[in-house]
Amino acid sequence: MSKPNAPSSAARRRFLTDTARAVGGCALAGTGLAYLVQDARALPAEALRPPGALPEEDFLAACIRCGLCVRDCPYDTLVLAELGEDGPATGTPYFTARDVPCEMCDDIPCVAACPTGALDPALDNIDDAKMGIAVLVDQENCLNVLGLRCDVCYRVCPVIDEAITLELSHNERSGHHAIFLPVVHADRCTGCGMCEKSCVLPEAAIKVLPQRLARAEAAEHYRKGWEEKDARGAPLVDGLIDLPDRLPGPGTDNLAAPGGFEPSFKLPEVSQ
Amino acid sequence: MSKEALLVGQEAIARKGWIGAHRFLLLRRASQLGFLALFVAGPWFGLWIVEGTLAGSLTLGTLPLTDPLVFLQSLVAGHWPEMTAIIGALIVVAAYALLGGRTYCSWVCPINPVTDAANWLHRRLNLPKGWQPKRSTRLWVLAAALIVSAITGTIAWEVVNPVTMLHRGILFGMGFTWAMVLAIFLFDTLMARHGWCGHLCPVGAFYGLVGSKSVVRVSAKARAACDDCMDCYAVCPEMHVISPALKGKDGDTPLILAPDCTNCGRCIDVCSENVFSFTHRFDDTLAEPSDHHTPAPDPQTA
Repeated sequence: MSKPNAPSSAARRRFLTDTARAVGGCALAGTGLAYLVQDARALPAEALRPPGALPEEDFLAACIRCGLCVRDCPYDTLVLAELGEDGPATGTPYFTARDVPCEMCDDIPCVAACPTGALDPALDNIDDAKMGIAVLVDQENCLNVLGLRCDVCYRVCPVIDEAITLELSHNERSGHHAIFLPVVHADRCTGCGMCEKSCVLPEAAIKVLPQRLARAEAAEHYRKGWEEKDARGAPLVDGLIDLPDRLPGPGTDNLAAPGGFEPSFKLPEVSQ
Repeated sequence: MSKEALLVGQEAIARKGWIGAHRFLLLRRASQLGFLALFVAGPWFGLWIVEGTLAGSLTLGTLPLTDPLVFLQSLVAGHWPEMTAIIGALIVVAAYALLGGRTYCSWVCPINPVTDAANWLHRRLNLPKGWQPKRSTRLWVLAAALIVSAITGTIAWEVVNPVTMLHRGILFGMGFTWAMVLAIFLFDTLMARHGWCGHLCPVGAFYGLVGSKSVVRVSAKARAACDDCMDCYAVCPEMHVISPALKGKDGDTPLILAPDCTNCGRCIDVCSENVFSFTHRFDDTLAEPSDHHTPAPDPQTA
């Protein structure tokens, strides 16, 4: 340590073993730390990040766990994850929609408060936030699906008639009522959680889920024929022959209809 | 006269009074409490002077401060932070580069009272020093934390960092942080003297590097008056920093220049001969020896 002369072989050996020991200890401790870090990267589905939060893997590199977004949230929506609770990475901000939803402030104070950009300052319109997507997860208990007029989720939605619409259909059970089905439109839903918070059932029938759970992904190669046709202004394949449609009646193979075509050969024990 | 029967600091208390012999300890506790009070005043009493935590804060709505080690981990994890965080980190680095990096440890860090209490108990129980890994271990831990941050793309040390966890716990809710703090207390009390702050903590290691050329320094200016009572070694959390300055020969600087020194000032407190004092790194003058002294042999640090 003291003299920069040629070290003796004993000193060199000591240095090498010490270094090796330190590297070994570091590798061990580092592996343990890496394991904990990987563990902390799993974000539970019900924990929603604040508006403008970067994708989770980027967020965990950007969020310094300072709590400034929590402090500037006017509604006690955001909380910091505490150690040992089955939740997001320790010290990172999140909210649980069923407890306190995001009130979607116009000035987005949480984003303004973030010093690092973990909450993307490019988000200047709260309607563009994507904290999650509301999904009507239980279509057996939702009162509207049962044919009752609850409508609460629809009416509390800050983006009413765009993020949630009520789709009318005939009530087959009663025969003379309508069903007003709440339908979420993902391109307009911000994931604020108002609907989940105000669902009148003991356990919400509509829940905000993270994008990864709430949404499918269209196959890359798939084209919708009708859209392509509209875009082209003509059928996609030229020279198609329009074949006659099979209608009930004589001369068709519709067996249920009188005068229909009877096949000469029938399979045994098959009755119509 | 024999001093075996005397407790550490007895003589300083006799000569300077209890307050005089605990001046910097009291100032440090006041500083630690003061910094905590600034943060706590908002959430507890609605006095919003400082928002946030030690990892990142905003003072009076204008001054941003960012913990530079957290900031560095964020960088290596692949995130380029916004200007607010960059400015905040630069301010903190500049401050500790001047004041002494590990001044953070002894005057600000909320874990310091915990490990100080552990060390007090450890000394009262007269326990053996226990497991003593090399002091450089903390540098390796620091390297490991940065490497894991880079590999996982996550601010890795913040997953386990008791410093920010305790601070956050006081301000936002504890969770199981108390268990972690208790573990450190027990570790320092029973398993390793000065174990956490002196050997393992990468935050201290980082601040030590930041302040390796810092201006504020302790000097053994009056080392000629040293009567080898060893009280400074007994109270110093990084006692290897003392010898080069205190036991230096005529040509050697009396300044404690080792980056491990936390500028806590306990050596100044407990020295009945007033050997030590705070000064700046360009002041390597020696005080005139008051009376004739025979230089003592270099003591074996125990």
